[in-house]
Amino acid sequence: MKIRIGFGSCGIAAGAKKVTDKFGQILAEKNLNIDVSVTGCIGMCYYEPIVDIIDDKGVFTYANVTPTMVEEIIERHIVNGEPIQEHIVSTTQEPYPQLKNQVRIVLKNCGIINPEKIEDYTENDGYKALNKVVNEMTPETVIDEIKISGLRGRGGAGFPTWFKWDAAKKSKGSEKYVVCNADEGDPGAFMDRSVLEGDPHAVLEGMIIAGYAMEANYGFIYCRAEYPLAIERLKIAIQQARDKNYLGKNILGSGFDFDIVIKTGAGAFVCGEETALIASLEGERGMPRLKPPFPAQSGYYGKPTNINNVETFANVPWIFRNGGAAFAAYGTKTSKGTKVFALAGKIKNGGLVEVPMGMTLREVIYGIGGGIKQDNEFKAVQMGGPSGGCIPRALLDTPVDYESINQTGAIMGSGGMVVMDEETCMVDMARFFLDFTVKESCGKCTYCRIGTKRMLEILDRICTGEGVLEDLNTLQILCTSIRDGSLCALGGTAPNPVLTTIRYFKDEYLAHIEDKKCPAKQCKPLLTYTIIEESCKGCTLCAQKCPAQAITGELKKVHEIDQSKCVKCGNCVTVCKTKSIAVE
Amino acid sequence: MSCDCEKKLEAEFSTNKVDTSLMDEVIDKFKRENGNLISVLQDAQEAYGYLPLDVLKMIADRTGNKRAKIYGVATFYSQFRLKPRGKYIILTCQGTACHVNGSDAIAEALCEELNIKVGDSTSDWMFSLEEVACLGCCSLAPVIMINGEAFGNLTPKSARKIVKDIYASEKGVAVNED
Repeated sequence: MKIRIGFGSCGIAAGAKKVTDKFGQILAEKNLNIDVSVTGCIGMCYYEPIVDIIDDKGVFTYANVTPTMVEEIIERHIVNGEPIQEHIVSTTQEPYPQLKNQVRIVLKNCGIINPEKIEDYTENDGYKALNKVVNEMTPETVIDEIKISGLRGRGGAGFPTWFKWDAAKKSKGSEKYVVCNADEGDPGAFMDRSVLEGDPHAVLEGMIIAGYAMEANYGFIYCRAEYPLAIERLKIAIQQARDKNYLGKNILGSGFDFDIVIKTGAGAFVCGEETALIASLEGERGMPRLKPPFPAQSGYYGKPTNINNVETFANVPWIFRNGGAAFAAYGTKTSKGTKVFALAGKIKNGGLVEVPMGMTLREVIYGIGGGIKQDNEFKAVQMGGPSGGCIPRALLDTPVDYESINQTGAIMGSGGMVVMDEETCMVDMARFFLDFTVKESCGKCTYCRIGTKRMLEILDRICTGEGVLEDLNTLQILCTSIRDGSLCALGGTAPNPVLTTIRYFKDEYLAHIEDKKCPAKQCKPLLTYTIIEESCKGCTLCAQKCPAQAITGELKKVHEIDQSKCVKCGNCVTVCKTKSIAVE
Repeated sequence: MSCDCEKKLEAEFSTNKVDTSLMDEVIDKFKRENGNLISVLQDAQEAYGYLPLDVLKMIADRTGNKRAKIYGVATFYSQFRLKPRGKYIILTCQGTACHVNGSDAIAEALCEELNIKVGDSTSDWMFSLEEVACLGCCSLAPVIMINGEAFGNLTPKSARKIVKDIYASEKGVAVNED
């Protein structure tokens, strides 16, 4: 018998620590000697805290466990051997239905193994790929295998991985570097965090193999400071790997040396860009520089450097255990393998999913994600963060592969999928991303620094009802200039959220500009609050809570809102018990 | 000689007197590492809670970097603070998922509860309220993080309660549930 508790950031935020403490306390009280271990995120964050009870009958998964449920689980399941069916969402016989259409390569171990124990990883075929690579393969055959697999960069741009490795290998010089980009900055994306927290050794193994292929002896993991748990687990994993000689000198007797150091980012989105990341590693301001020379020729302190994303590295061990051809069997003609997506926003089952490339957005959002919260109408899905765009309902059958997503005007990006419903204002969405870009622009290129600011001012005006038709034209001109006049991808793609929303949701822009209305009822300055006479009971609650004293009316009589005083704070809507405030 | 620019610049820093000897260990730890400036600043901030002017000057002298460069790096990254912060740092997530799920209302409630603006600290130096790009707990949106611990699925009410609970445990008084 064993107890396993989901202990990723999501599980902890949902209360996994209290649950674990409760298990420890009651087990001690009852003198039960049962192993309680932790694991990463299985991807179904809406079920957290998740507790697995593993006995000779298999795995029983309890969802949304509270400290009060712990006593019941111990009493009925552990002591009396009777699983509590109503709290169980998955068993060995009937696993999570959400997993049915998923293919787990990257997330294979997440939510299964204890990420802080290297034995758990090696028992699940961990470091077998490394052993095979360093003892049986040459750097050339390693790169060939990656070429056969068709693996492309999972950080966003989708550049063929073998090509980057090969370029770094062919670069002259004995001092080369492998960098893992764990500066996952796209708002709405969290798959790298989950992989680092749930299966850190897979990333290390991928990096060591990359080092062997390009004949590098040194690796960095550039991880953002906002992921303290990921950094902690990486530190533990690196030490364990050193102790077992998967890292260090003469790895597994092969004569190959490799070591990895963690560098903590200091909070700058632009450092996800390769050359900015290298500048940051060197202790400088993270500002991008012109390419070429590419990092493969001249990267960290001028030495050949290869940078891949966390998810890219996490695919590598699987490819060498199962063969490049097995990987390439999944996916489409140009996009091979699987992709992990972070489902968030107005979606029922938010969390991580891993699907074969080529699955449609509809299958991901409705088939696995369970559809929209409160069964609202789907409006759009945002992919690719501030560099991406919003894909409307009409394009829900778009397959997820690099090229198809690009055609919609969005990008695959790192895999964030933020789902939006009728209550999301698309103009506000565009403004939200522009606000982000303005804050995160490094300031090097004029168009990105000043142009995005001008765009934000225009969008601000539109959202407050001050927009004019000419604004749409100006926005389009600015979009083109910023795209063409920026050095790096941050500026180059900054217009995408605006371009896609104008392309697919022009009617919403027009409603803001011409009718001075926000159809999604999100832009407060454009709303008017009125009292519905038929249902108002005259309870005076709204009048009491109105900060502007704009509501008048006697007890038990219909109230009235003075539009000239109303500050549109929405307090009256929140407090009204009879839903008698109409918002237009 | 002094001009307005200089005064404006000075106002960005804290001139609190601090024990700079804490830095000896930090500088020693990284002295063999290339490009260690960000790591040094991170450890300095860990030691002092922010980057005091005296410490920055000392880092410049001891690492051989120009003061302007240190200022440039310290103000480029959002992690670094030139002014003291509270004991509890509340990071409100500004990610897309949090935005769509009402993070603005959470930030508003916290501002009201603490009676400060985003970016400021309470006068008793108990709390600082800051915005952060994305905490990566999107499926639990809206989310805040307090000293490394994430709190998810918040409502304005539950966010206020978290702050109240911390105050209560700090001062050893019962929480008023209202």
